[in-house]
Amino acid sequence: MRLLRAIASHPSGRIGGVIILVYLLLALASAVGLVPHDPIAQDRINRLHAPDATYWMGTDLFGRDVLSRLMVGIRQSFIVAFCSVAIASLAGTLIGLLSAWWGSWWDASLMRLMDILLAFPAILLALLVVAVFGPGTVTSIIAIAIVYTPIFARVARGPALSLKSREFVEAARTFGSSESYILTRHLLLNLVAPLTVQVTLALAWALLTEAALSFLGLGTQPPDPSLGLMLSDSKNLMETAPWLMIFPGLTVMFGILGFNLFGDALRDIVDPRSLTRQA
Amino acid sequence: MNYIAQRLLTFPIILFGVSVVVFLAIRLVPGDAITAMLGTEAGLLTDAQRASLAAYFGIDQPWIIQYGRWIAGLFHGDLGVSVTYGKPVLEVILSRFPLTLELSILAMVVGLAVGIPAGVFAATRNGRASDLVVRIIAMLGQSTPSFVLALLLILILSMGFGELPAMGNFIPLTVDPIGNILQMLLPAVVLGFAFAASVTRITRSSMLDVLNDDYVRTARSKGAPARDVIWRHALPNALIPVVTLSGLEFGYLLGGAVIVEQIFALPGVGRLTLEAITQRDYALVEGAVLFVALNFMVLNLLVDLAYAVLDPRVRLGRSR
Repeated sequence: MRLLRAIASHPSGRIGGVIILVYLLLALASAVGLVPHDPIAQDRINRLHAPDATYWMGTDLFGRDVLSRLMVGIRQSFIVAFCSVAIASLAGTLIGLLSAWWGSWWDASLMRLMDILLAFPAILLALLVVAVFGPGTVTSIIAIAIVYTPIFARVARGPALSLKSREFVEAARTFGSSESYILTRHLLLNLVAPLTVQVTLALAWALLTEAALSFLGLGTQPPDPSLGLMLSDSKNLMETAPWLMIFPGLTVMFGILGFNLFGDALRDIVDPRSLTRQA
Repeated sequence: MNYIAQRLLTFPIILFGVSVVVFLAIRLVPGDAITAMLGTEAGLLTDAQRASLAAYFGIDQPWIIQYGRWIAGLFHGDLGVSVTYGKPVLEVILSRFPLTLELSILAMVVGLAVGIPAGVFAATRNGRASDLVVRIIAMLGQSTPSFVLALLLILILSMGFGELPAMGNFIPLTVDPIGNILQMLLPAVVLGFAFAASVTRITRSSMLDVLNDDYVRTARSKGAPARDVIWRHALPNALIPVVTLSGLEFGYLLGGAVIVEQIFALPGVGRLTLEAITQRDYALVEGAVLFVALNFMVLNLLVDLAYAVLDPRVRLGRSR
């Protein structure tokens, strides 16, 4: 509750929060079928129809409603982003935490493994995963999760390592607390703050990567709508139907912006040191 | 053990790991080099033909032997033969690399030339409206995917000026320098914009940190001119994180800006990797991914070493 209030009183947090909320509502509306038109139905008479009262954002080459497709696209992006970041944060935190806790050669080998993954530029690693598993939504989720797991592992390991040697953990050990109790109660709870910041920023990056993979034709496959695919399809119709490009483009941009702003606000709140840099 | 030595010692281990990941990843792909080359026609091969092709590609051996051969080949610069180009993989990659290098350098120049002054400007006007404007633009820049920006710029150019950027036939720098630069300008601006946004943010926040330091206060109190304090005393120290960021960004860019190269039809390393993946040219995928990862790792290493040189606390291993 206190965190929510802190976010609401932070300008970036407020704007970011509102953007994310609007996107979530649009995604939810499309999930329960609350879209202005059928996103896949083709209205041949109204092909490349400019935005008006019936088609708020116009129609595409096949006479499909852009707004409805956009809403389903947002849902698609959010599913990929949330699933991949959920997997990455769980796997990464577990690896980082156990690495710090067990120490010695476990730590060395797990972290070297993470270093190997970090040695690839992110988009390249994602492309490599797509090359192995073939294009599609599930592949996008796996690809983004693999790219982000080592980052979460590092974020979790650092603080866990310093917490491990603190007195309260020593005390818990002396009292005979079990390992799993210490790990979840004492270490994990103290990691929540840095991990939350990382999750928000990871979501921004996941949205971007999902759109990029679909744009390259390696993510969501047609006829399912996705923001990246809509943008890629708009390339050749740019001059006759600029709305096909502008609306999905802005949607991707503001989605990423929302998570970035929210993440920035969270970082300020979690790490008050960075507040001094703000106005 | 000090930081530099540790970093240098783990480098070959990581490199070995990267090669194993690339090798295994490609072996996990369903189908083999024969089906990749012949498609459905592979089904028409007799057992003897299949066996001789398998021997030709070396895939009749156990994985460990295949890996050993692959690595041995690497040391001789032999990355195999690309099925799509019918040429050695290394030759194909190296023919594409100059373009990616040029594009990366141009993008870095754009990013630093815009980002550093913008960051200093915002830091010295901390909290004022002009600072806020710079920060909003930087935030938007960081949140705009390159493909969205590229398409928007092309749209503005074509709608506003009736002008389309020269795309399609790529003009090499050595053939027509002016035509080449004109062609590279827009992609470089697209790539440089997002980088400029990160540089602005980092420069701003690290300038603000430095401006509060004692030595800056001393310089001010002894009456050094404000401009000298900012550009000569504060900025050099504030730029240390910018050096790190630039090195990492350069590593990313050298990996080929896959999407930007694709949009502007530039035959660079990024587009090559993408083509190799969609064409299922696995020797080329392996080679290109390894090449890019190696570039990225070397640059990361150089960044860490530069950082250690610039900041003695890192060199002596105290802050890590």
